[in-house]
Amino acid sequence: MAGAETPELAQSAVESGADLIEIGFPFSDPLADGPVIRAAAERALAEGMRTERCLECLAATRALVDIPLVPMTYSSLLEARGYVRFEEEARSAGATSLIVADLPIEAEPGLRRVQLVAPTTPAERLRLAAERTDGWLYLVSVTGTTGTRDSLSSQALDLVARARDATNVPLLLGFGISTPEQAAEAAAHADGVVVGSRAVQVAEEGPAALHDYVQSLRTAIDSATTSPSRR
Amino acid sequence: MTIGLYGPYGGRYVPETLVPALDELDEGWREAWADDAFRRELDELGREYAGRPTPLTLAERFAPGKRLYLKREDLLHTGAHKLNNALGQAVLARRLGKERIVAETGAGQHGVATATVCARFGFDCVVYMGSEDMRRQHPNVERMELLGAEVRPVEFGTRTLKEATSEAIRDWITNVETTHYLIGSCVGPHPYPEIVRELQSVIGLEAREQFLEAEGRLPDAVVACVGGGSNAIGIFAGFVDEANVRLIGVEARDAASLGDGRPGVLHGARSSLLADEDGQVLDAHSISAGLDYPGVGPEHAFLRDSGRATYVSATDDQAVAAFKRLAATEGIVPALEPAHALARAAEVDAELVLVCLSGRGDKDLDEVLRR
Repeated sequence: MAGAETPELAQSAVESGADLIEIGFPFSDPLADGPVIRAAAERALAEGMRTERCLECLAATRALVDIPLVPMTYSSLLEARGYVRFEEEARSAGATSLIVADLPIEAEPGLRRVQLVAPTTPAERLRLAAERTDGWLYLVSVTGTTGTRDSLSSQALDLVARARDATNVPLLLGFGISTPEQAAEAAAHADGVVVGSRAVQVAEEGPAALHDYVQSLRTAIDSATTSPSRR
Repeated sequence: MTIGLYGPYGGRYVPETLVPALDELDEGWREAWADDAFRRELDELGREYAGRPTPLTLAERFAPGKRLYLKREDLLHTGAHKLNNALGQAVLARRLGKERIVAETGAGQHGVATATVCARFGFDCVVYMGSEDMRRQHPNVERMELLGAEVRPVEFGTRTLKEATSEAIRDWITNVETTHYLIGSCVGPHPYPEIVRELQSVIGLEAREQFLEAEGRLPDAVVACVGGGSNAIGIFAGFVDEANVRLIGVEARDAASLGDGRPGVLHGARSSLLADEDGQVLDAHSISAGLDYPGVGPEHAFLRDSGRATYVSATDDQAVAAFKRLAATEGIVPALEPAHALARAAEVDAELVLVCLSGRGDKDLDEVLRR
């Protein structure tokens, strides 16, 4: 979640092996988010993290790291600023793309963004999402909101298989992944893993804690993707 | 976005997980609404279970010098118009093969209506309610539990209807295969605003017939309170095509999404919202839990822009005064929500006035007497 510490946290995550960073631009009513991200958004808004300051935070982060940076937010922020202006300002502040959690695939076709698909998404919508997505496809591993789960769902692996059939774009699996074991299992199937809620929790303990956590994920993912069991 | 639009309002702004469920709901709804058997079942439930048609009552002592009529949805089973929508969506959910229902509630009237139909049809029922609303509408919490519903408190944010709605939608996202989300007002993603409008249109269609019978002509003005706007959209439905009938919606002064709002996205639809310049939704404030909501149905935003309906507001004090006056002059205790409509209806410059008395006030006695 965007905040004063974001640039330093991002740098620490990159040093320990993150390939991409999602930066939450908080919204007051985040329907796709579970308790951890919702509470983080509530705190960020209380600290005054409105769109202008989120863009400044993005630019400050971009000054420190070279990997892709992707703001994740909700359509109300884009409605308020104008979709075109929001995208222009985000990209000129260093955003590689955008994720808008409550904007279905067919909405706002002019807005280049990473599309999300879910276990409930039928094949024809999967293909449409892959056609329209900006760089990679975000696979939502569960029917549910963001937040840690005990294990990777069977829905997740099924969704990866269906997405592979539909497209060649890189597939990143997210929602409900928090432990190195889950990350390794996910990485054995998908092209990448997105960790949100747990990373937000660890980041609250500071850059050193985030460094160790990201490193544990990196190690687990690397060993899973170099092992012969990779599909 | 090209579906479910009211001018620039409405549409679907939801996580992708829900889109196939909304498509299924849209198709199921269209088939049901075109099916005579479905319509017959709703008519029969309305008559034999809910108590339709509700009467039209002339309020001569409340509004001397006018012919002011009350459409008595307060006399409907469970005490508010919410049951019209809950019954229709329950029959629809059964058609769709769902076994579990989730809902949000503010004042508790929609929660009670939902718990009631779940008891009647044998659905598992979970109702989300802000902890602040549970405090001020405690009798309704007890009613819902008696009816077999699980009432889940929502302890964050405003602790009112806005957060309860978000939590109900999150539950639906998580349990979408088995669960129908029984939304309580004409808000939310397409097709919900349309479903709720059609199911509540019975208020306006009945009132139109009754008014013609009583007065031999249509009213000059139709007045209803607007939170999300379901009783208003229902009574307006009987008159919206009659250009000579004025349609007036009454919001709570500090929850006036139409009077003070700007375009924005909340709970799945684009509408007029209380929001800041960055699109962050602001808190609404009202003595009436049912009007304490920063959004409004997209069709109301469209009716406002087109000029077909006008929207005014009433303060907490004005609503409480009207609440007490209707009790003292007519022997009818209204809910605080329609008390807002009553407060402004008495001063409308028209002779023949129809007011939607959307619910009864037992639930509000503590709140009013404490002041």
